[in-house]
Amino acid sequence: MSRSARLMFFAAAAAALAATLGVGLSGLPSFGSQISAYARMLNELAPAQRHVTDVVSAISFDYRGIDTLFEEFILLSAVTGISVLLRPLSDESRQLPEDKAPDRTIPPPSPAVWLLAVFLGSLLVLTGIETVTHGQLTPGGGFQGGVIVASAVYVAYLGTNYVTVERFQPGALLEATDGVGASGYVVIGLLGLLAGADFLSNVVGLGGTGNLISGGTIPLLNLVVGVEVAGGFAILASEFLDQTAVIRTRRR
Amino acid sequence: MSVLAYGVVAWLFLIGIYGVVSSRNLIHLVVCLSVSQSATDILLLEIGYRAGGHAPVFVDLPAHPGPAVDAVMQALALTDVVIGAAVTGLLLALAVQVHKRAGTLDPDKLRATRD
Repeated sequence: MSRSARLMFFAAAAAALAATLGVGLSGLPSFGSQISAYARMLNELAPAQRHVTDVVSAISFDYRGIDTLFEEFILLSAVTGISVLLRPLSDESRQLPEDKAPDRTIPPPSPAVWLLAVFLGSLLVLTGIETVTHGQLTPGGGFQGGVIVASAVYVAYLGTNYVTVERFQPGALLEATDGVGASGYVVIGLLGLLAGADFLSNVVGLGGTGNLISGGTIPLLNLVVGVEVAGGFAILASEFLDQTAVIRTRRR
Repeated sequence: MSVLAYGVVAWLFLIGIYGVVSSRNLIHLVVCLSVSQSATDILLLEIGYRAGGHAPVFVDLPAHPGPAVDAVMQALALTDVVIGAAVTGLLLALAVQVHKRAGTLDPDKLRATRD
């Protein structure tokens, strides 16, 4: 289909879609007027029932915990898929990165860049861990904190070079954290069955509302999700960096 | 106010799809898809918004500043963001391999099963 024909086709389809969307959206309650009874109920009950202050975490990891289990598996499958897609293909091989080539000397990064990377990297790890562990108290949790922790790898790459970064991302360990994080969620879910309740029931002691240790299984689930997401995103970083730095088409 | 709030959703969704349809670069296409997808995030948060509402975080406050917004929609938006990141990552990996095989990122220049 030619470009102009495709755009004409899109214009017609978009007009129809816009009209349908307009009708659908105009049927919604007016903006800011009300929230659902379900949400009102959870806002009132969750802090007392689950000893958490962040209701979003309580919903993600407790009331709708099974959704998050599948969400975590989707992320795991995506990371697996990306690893498979970005593996060295039959006509490719892993070679020394350019800044390691024997005939080439690259000056080390300036002390200022290095210092900034160390400072920013450690700050990111610290903020990430803080975000993961305080998920039940303040906005945050395993997904957000895991991404923050993993982004430290990118900072290390920007501040130094590929070889240094490789030390931070041993492949087997990263893959293990990704798998352990994902299966940890199931194991914590099984605690509920062991206690004679339902899968993913909040059976651990709830602690005092507002304390770091509170919310029962919610901080535990946040922790395993944080481990999985941090491992997964670090794998992504290394896969995409490998494509740039070390995977080359084999010379024929 | 409702017109503006929900209009943004429809606009973002359609402009993202337009970007996908008219794209000349696969990376640009993936970004356009993310734009389109962000419309769903905004819609979810808007459905959960309550005028004058505060975040559904009940840290000890002397007096809560009015009602809280819908925490369920925020949890769904979080799910949406995670899935969006997963999809974007997969598509970018595909784009990397397409560029290696075909030597181009222009979808119009790709021809299926040439060799």
